[in-house]
Amino acid sequence: MEEKDTDIEKEEDMSKINELIVISGKGGTGKTTIVSAFASLAKNKIMADCDVDAADLHLIMNPEIRHRENFIGGTRAVLNQDKCIKCGKCIELCRFDAIKDDFCIEEPYCEGCSVCSYFCPVKAITMEDSISGEIFISDTRFGPFVHAKLGIAQENSGKLVTEVRKKAKKLAEENKFNLIIIDGSPGTGCPVIASLAGATSVLIVTEPTLSGIHDMKRVVELSKNFSINPSVCINKYDINIELSKKIEDYCMKNSVDFYGRLPYDENTTKAMVARKTIIEYSSGEFSNSIKGIWIKLEEKLEI
Amino acid sequence: MEISVMSGKGGTGKTTVSINLALSAGEKIRFLDCDVEEPDAKIFLLPRMERIEYSTVSIPVIDEKLCTYCGKCAEFCIFNALAVIKKKILFFERLCRSCSGCWLICPERAITEGKRENGIIRYGEVGEISFMEGELKAGEETGYSIVRDMRKIPYKKDLITIIDCPPGLSPTLLEAIDKTDFSIVVTEPSETAFHDMRLSLELLERLKIPCGVIINKSSGRESFIEDYCSKKKIDILLTIPFDMEIACLYSKGIPFSIEIPLWKNKFRDIFKKIVKSGKSL
Repeated sequence: MEEKDTDIEKEEDMSKINELIVISGKGGTGKTTIVSAFASLAKNKIMADCDVDAADLHLIMNPEIRHRENFIGGTRAVLNQDKCIKCGKCIELCRFDAIKDDFCIEEPYCEGCSVCSYFCPVKAITMEDSISGEIFISDTRFGPFVHAKLGIAQENSGKLVTEVRKKAKKLAEENKFNLIIIDGSPGTGCPVIASLAGATSVLIVTEPTLSGIHDMKRVVELSKNFSINPSVCINKYDINIELSKKIEDYCMKNSVDFYGRLPYDENTTKAMVARKTIIEYSSGEFSNSIKGIWIKLEEKLEI
Repeated sequence: MEISVMSGKGGTGKTTVSINLALSAGEKIRFLDCDVEEPDAKIFLLPRMERIEYSTVSIPVIDEKLCTYCGKCAEFCIFNALAVIKKKILFFERLCRSCSGCWLICPERAITEGKRENGIIRYGEVGEISFMEGELKAGEETGYSIVRDMRKIPYKKDLITIIDCPPGLSPTLLEAIDKTDFSIVVTEPSETAFHDMRLSLELLERLKIPCGVIINKSSGRESFIEDYCSKKKIDILLTIPFDMEIACLYSKGIPFSIEIPLWKNKFRDIFKKIVKSGKSL
C-alpha cells in the first residue's frame, strides 16, 4: 500500500513538468522565430528542437555541445558480394526497391525489414545496426538545450523525436525545472504525432494565407485528437487583415484560444541572419506582441 | 521529363515556384502535388477535381482458423506490428511497413496479403494542367507509398511533369525526387533555409540529379547564397524579391505570374532553359 502511494506521488511530481510544443502545419510561418523568442523570455526551462528532419533552432541557440550520442534508428541490409550468387531472390522480394539490378543496396531506401536476409539462399545478406542520427545535449545562453540531427533521408524521425523529448524530460527533472519548450516539426505526420503525445500545451503559429489556414485547421484537429486544446497566434497578420479576421473567427467558433497577432517585420529575418532571437535583436512591435503572447501562455501553463 | 521542386525548409516557396512554373510553361503540363502531409497547390491552381482513388498499402490478413499462435511472424516483424499473446494475435496497422515478411514466413500459411487505405490520390484538370495530388490521412506514419504510387501512374512521355515536393529530407522526399531529370531547390535568405539548401544540394549531388537554385523573398542581402552556389557551380535560376504585392497575392491564393506578366515571362524563360538542358543530356 505504502509503495503505491509513493508511486502516485512520483507521478504527480512528473506531471508538474509542462511541455509546451509549438507547431504550425505549414512550414515557414515563423515557428522557430517564435520558439527562440520564448527562449529569451522563459525562465528555468529546457529547450528542445523536435524539427529533426530539418533542425534549425541551433543556428540561433549557438549551442556548446556537452554530450552527444548516436541514435540507432534500426538495421540495414548489407550484402556480401563475395558470397552473392546473383540469383535475384532479394530483388524480387524487396518491397522498397532498395536492391538495384547490380546487386548493390541503396542504403537510403532500405527499411531494415530483413526479408532479403532471411530468404537469401546463400546467406550473403546480413542485417547491421545503422546510425540514423545524433542527439545532443548542449549549454546555451538560454539554458540547457536538447537537439538532434538526422542523417539525410533517414526515417524514424518519430522515434528520434520521442528520444529528444525523453532526454529533455530527464534534464528538466535533474534541474528541477517545470517547463520544456519544444520546436515541433511541420506537417501532420509521424514526427508531429510523436511530439504531441503527452504534451501539456500546444501553440499553433499560422499566417493569414489560404494554405496557412488550411494547414492550421488540420493541426487544430490533430491536437484535439490528443485531447489538447491548442492556442493559436497569427504571424505576419498584416499581409492580409481579412484572412487574419477569418482565423480569429475560426478560433472563436471552435473554442480555440486565440493568443495574438504578430506583424510582418523584416527584423525577424535580420535577427535570424545575426543569429539572435528577435527579443535580443529589437524592441519593436514584434517583440512587444510576442511578450504579450508569452504572458498568456504563462497563465495557461500556470508557471 | 520530370522536374522536381524541393527546399528542405518549409515555407520557402516550393509551391509558389511550382505553380508559377506550371502556369507559365505555355504547354501542357502534368502537375504532381507530392506534399502529401499538406497538399496546398490546389488552393492556387483551383483544378476541377474529376476523380479520386484511394491509395493503399499492403497489410497482413490473418486467418485465425489456421493460426497456431507459434509467434514466428511477431518474432520476424522488425517494426513490432505483430504480437502474439497466448491464444491471441494482435496487429498494429500503423506500425506495419508492408515488408511482406510475415505472410512469406508463416509456416501455416495463415497470413495473406491484404490492403489498407492510407490516403487519397485526386485527379483534376485546369487549363493546360493535368493535376494530381496525394493526401495522407492525418497521423499516418509516412506518405512515401502514396508518392510512389503517384509517380508510377503511366502518362504520355512527351508531357513535362512538375513535382511539388514535401519539405524536409525524408524518405517521402526521396520518392518525390527519385530519378527526376532536374531539381529546383527553392531557398530564401535566412540561415535556416540556407542550411537546408546546402543539405538538399548535397543530396542531389549524391543522387546525380542536375539542379538549380531559386532565391525567394530576396532582400538583396544574399551574397552568402550566391557565393556558395558559384563555388559549387550551381546556377541561380531566378531571384524573387520580398515584395508586399507578391505576398498579398499569395495570401489570397492568386499565383503572381498571372497578375504580373513580367513574372510570367521570367518563369517561362527558366522553364525553357531547364527543358533544353534536359534534352541535351
